[in-house]
Amino acid sequence: MSSSWCLAAAASPADLVAARTQMGFSLGWHIVIACFGVGMPAITVLAEWRAIRTGDGVHELLAHRWAKAMGVLFAVGAVSGTILSFEMGVLWPGLMETYGQVIGLPFTLEGFAFFIEAIFVGIYLYSWDRLSPRAHLLTGLPVCVAGVASAFFVVTANAWMNQPRGFDLDNGTLIQVSPWAAMFNPATPPQTVHMVLAAFMVTGFGMAAVYAVGLLRGRRDRYHRVGFLLPFTVAAVVTPVQIGVGDWAAKFLATNQPVKLAAIEGVRQTGTHVPLHLGGVYQDGELRYALEIPSGLSILAHWDPAALIHGLAEVPPDQRPPVNVVHWAFQVMVVIGFGLLLLGLWLLLAWWRRHREPPRSRLFWYACVLAGIAAPVAVEAGWITTEVGRQPWIVWGHLRTADAVTPVPNLSVGLAVVVVVYAVLTAATVYVLRRLARAPQEADARPEPVRP
Amino acid sequence: MTAAELLISVMWLGLTAYVLLAGADFGGGCWDLLAGGTRRGAAQRALIEESIGPVWEANHVWLIFVIVLCWTGFPGAFAAVASTMYIPLTLAALGIIARGAAFAFRKATTELVFRRAYGAAFALSSVLTPFFLGTVAGGIASGRVPPGIASGGIVRSWLNPTSLLGGALAVALAAYLAAVYLCQDARRAGSTALAEAFRRRALATAVVTGVLAACGIAILHADAPVLFHGLTGRGLPVVVVSALAGLASLVLLLLRHYLATRVTAAIAVAALLWGWAVAQYPLVLLPDLTIEAAAATPEVLRVTLVVTAVGAVLLVPSLVWLFALFQRPRSAAGERAAQHPGGR
Repeated sequence: MSSSWCLAAAASPADLVAARTQMGFSLGWHIVIACFGVGMPAITVLAEWRAIRTGDGVHELLAHRWAKAMGVLFAVGAVSGTILSFEMGVLWPGLMETYGQVIGLPFTLEGFAFFIEAIFVGIYLYSWDRLSPRAHLLTGLPVCVAGVASAFFVVTANAWMNQPRGFDLDNGTLIQVSPWAAMFNPATPPQTVHMVLAAFMVTGFGMAAVYAVGLLRGRRDRYHRVGFLLPFTVAAVVTPVQIGVGDWAAKFLATNQPVKLAAIEGVRQTGTHVPLHLGGVYQDGELRYALEIPSGLSILAHWDPAALIHGLAEVPPDQRPPVNVVHWAFQVMVVIGFGLLLLGLWLLLAWWRRHREPPRSRLFWYACVLAGIAAPVAVEAGWITTEVGRQPWIVWGHLRTADAVTPVPNLSVGLAVVVVVYAVLTAATVYVLRRLARAPQEADARPEPVRP
Repeated sequence: MTAAELLISVMWLGLTAYVLLAGADFGGGCWDLLAGGTRRGAAQRALIEESIGPVWEANHVWLIFVIVLCWTGFPGAFAAVASTMYIPLTLAALGIIARGAAFAFRKATTELVFRRAYGAAFALSSVLTPFFLGTVAGGIASGRVPPGIASGGIVRSWLNPTSLLGGALAVALAAYLAAVYLCQDARRAGSTALAEAFRRRALATAVVTGVLAACGIAILHADAPVLFHGLTGRGLPVVVVSALAGLASLVLLLLRHYLATRVTAAIAVAALLWGWAVAQYPLVLLPDLTIEAAAATPEVLRVTLVVTAVGAVLLVPSLVWLFALFQRPRSAAGERAAQHPGGR
């Protein structure tokens, strides 16, 4: 194995950048689609359940149309997730050669979850006319459960990269592995909960935005109202919980991965009474032009203004992540999170004061459209925070990203091809989803016609 | 049988399922490509779409399953294959994206221009993806992926006689399986004309595949001596099973026993895969990486096997239901539901 390590170290800096960009690009693309794979089945099944219970045609129509969009998104999510499993080996053989077996368990479990999800998505989408309504509704439940389970399993593997556990190394060779300890590492609880809730927020705000556009265009019928309210309510209920979980995740970093927190907040020197910085640019070891809240970080991280916060200076310069990217990505995520919280409160307030009516202000509806875009942006920002904040490590404290990358040359060519394919894929996905959203309502009033 | 041998057998079972099920889905795409003009090919395309639609995603998961078991159970071999085969694996991954996305998009689109464009992307990628995966198999089988990260030539590992044979065979086998499966689907849909059309295609691809396999013997003799000796030695009984099952399929097709042909055709293709496995045993990668040497630590093997056994308890009944549901006519309850959606 030693010769391969020399080779692995031989990748040029440009190739490392190309590999990281390709991985980040394809993963960043998949993560948004995957969110819909987690959240959309539950919201669709909710609509179908209400349709069966109340016999309401609007809920039934919505369930049918959401199922169609879900089918497209699931297909795109399945294939855009597949390339990631290829890339794990194609781009990061140095990671997989040593640690593939350590993180294999959650991926094996995810494989089964994905199987169940794919099987029941197939049944759910194609059996409207083959099963009774109640049986059809029930086939949606495994899709919901497996979607959440998939997200959980995959994120445990990412959590392991932040808190690697469950293995013993001897001179770079694994001598013992405890797969369950690796999977249930300390970062697993906060990271998995944070991601699953984020998926419901992306789905709920994203779906609601489609109907907010219709409402802005004056289509104030019940179809648009219900289409907006159902997913928006799910997302708005999740949002305050998510902010609490985010706080938990940040407190987790303070104790378990202090370098990442230091990068998030641009803290150079270890100290007590560390202020919280809003905005600002990290230059020459300090955050400039930032708004300071005295002792804010110490309080947020430990509920104690005198609490000790570890600074970047505790590790050598070549083990520090790039502060500005991490700091700003985190700020973007938090700002969007609180913006979405306010949006939910706005609806709640109007609902109460206007006797079960949403706000009249057009500003509210514009904000709801924006929320459909902002929620996935927040997921991307959060993901950049955790991934870039771990650099230069791919396995924190054990394996550097530069040592895991493939030594194969000219990775920028592969990157260019992947970017072109994804550009076409993005355009086609957006176009197809828009067509589905704009189709006349009558077109879906009945299930798909039975082909002779 | 050791834990490592058991795990690689499970992995190979997964690969067999992928080839027999997803292979046929790719084959359906090949026939979509060759179905002719928009109007002439409409009936064939509709049948292909209806057969693939509910099952292709589940069939596709077998590939993920195989990849994950490979990196869990045999991480060094996985890293060696993935890094050396950077080019064909990237192209296959992009083909998988194009195939799946275009298929879903075509179903959700009504305008003819876009349906044609998505259909072309679906059909072309259905040919290219199995081809590139076949070149990877050929490279491994001919010993061009030595252990170690990117130790093999990144071009000649998959551009060589055995890889080209592997690619061509993969496409031919996919088309063959699809044609055989579609005969029965067409008959169940009540279309004798379509059944006859796919029967002719099945017969033609059976002959093409047989000729390819015969040429393959000469190619392997010259280009992959280790595999050749394995196939003509220890693997010979399995190869004979494949050939006999292939011949039986030919006869059954001529007699129009479509359901029985499905079984014999699947046996013929599966036996090819297992013949390769038997021929190469106990090596994972040539020249000298054995199953035991490539295997993960004992605890990982144990946990993976247990988890797979438990997972199978959930998976198998679900899969059986999926296929049973779409292989039988719509139920009376379903008909009522179709007439009165929403349960009113």
